[in-house]
Amino acid sequence: MRDSALETVTLVYLARLRDAFGAAHESVRLPDGIATAAELRHWLAQRGGVWATELAPGRAVRIAVNHDMAQPDTPVRPGDEVALFPPVTGG
Amino acid sequence: MPVRIQTADLDVGRELDALRASDPRVGAVAAFIGTVRDVNDGRAVAAMTLEHYPGMTEKALTAIVDEAKARWDIIEALIVHRVGPLAPSDQIVLVGVTSAHRGQAFAACEFIMDYLKTRAPFWKKELTPDGARWVEARASDDDAAARWDVAPEPGA
Repeated sequence: MRDSALETVTLVYLARLRDAFGAAHESVRLPDGIATAAELRHWLAQRGGVWATELAPGRAVRIAVNHDMAQPDTPVRPGDEVALFPPVTGG
Repeated sequence: MPVRIQTADLDVGRELDALRASDPRVGAVAAFIGTVRDVNDGRAVAAMTLEHYPGMTEKALTAIVDEAKARWDIIEALIVHRVGPLAPSDQIVLVGVTSAHRGQAFAACEFIMDYLKTRAPFWKKELTPDGARWVEARASDDDAAARWDVAPEPGA
């Protein structure tokens, strides 16, 4: 259990993206070459369908890595929690 | 505790009394209260649900308070943000800031709200006559945050 958690990334989907993807979270094993927030987004978009639509270039998607807002080049590593969500609307 | 997320309503008077009672140097208290409008983008809003990202929300709000304290000579700052189901006229958020003199408290209070609007992971879902819809972020909120020389919200 512990070993597998260290090998995978926990993906969290929030708000509109959770509704669109039909899931709140999942664990994925990153393939070789997927090591940043932008690469992860592009990789997920290749699933097609709503993934391609919601994560298309130009769509406003925010990514947080381990609860901190990420930049496109922010590293993503096994064991991380990576959240994808639309621009925030609190306050 | 300068940052709280709760489903229950909040008592503004009690919150601000507690905030300023903590330090006799306080000579000014600035507060902002955000409430639920019954109309948004031309549609009647019958109810709203506020969602957040537990874990990140507390961290983001604490960082905003820390940033305000670094930028202004304030004594304390408080953010109470509600989540869950809300109705028109309900209170959503309270920001309170104390300082020795009013200028610092006013500025820090406005900064905290502008920063919260673009950085804190909350999302509103409105119930309108056309059904439930996620509220879209406003470009004007990014502009408001940018006034403080905050980098544009990072995308990825």
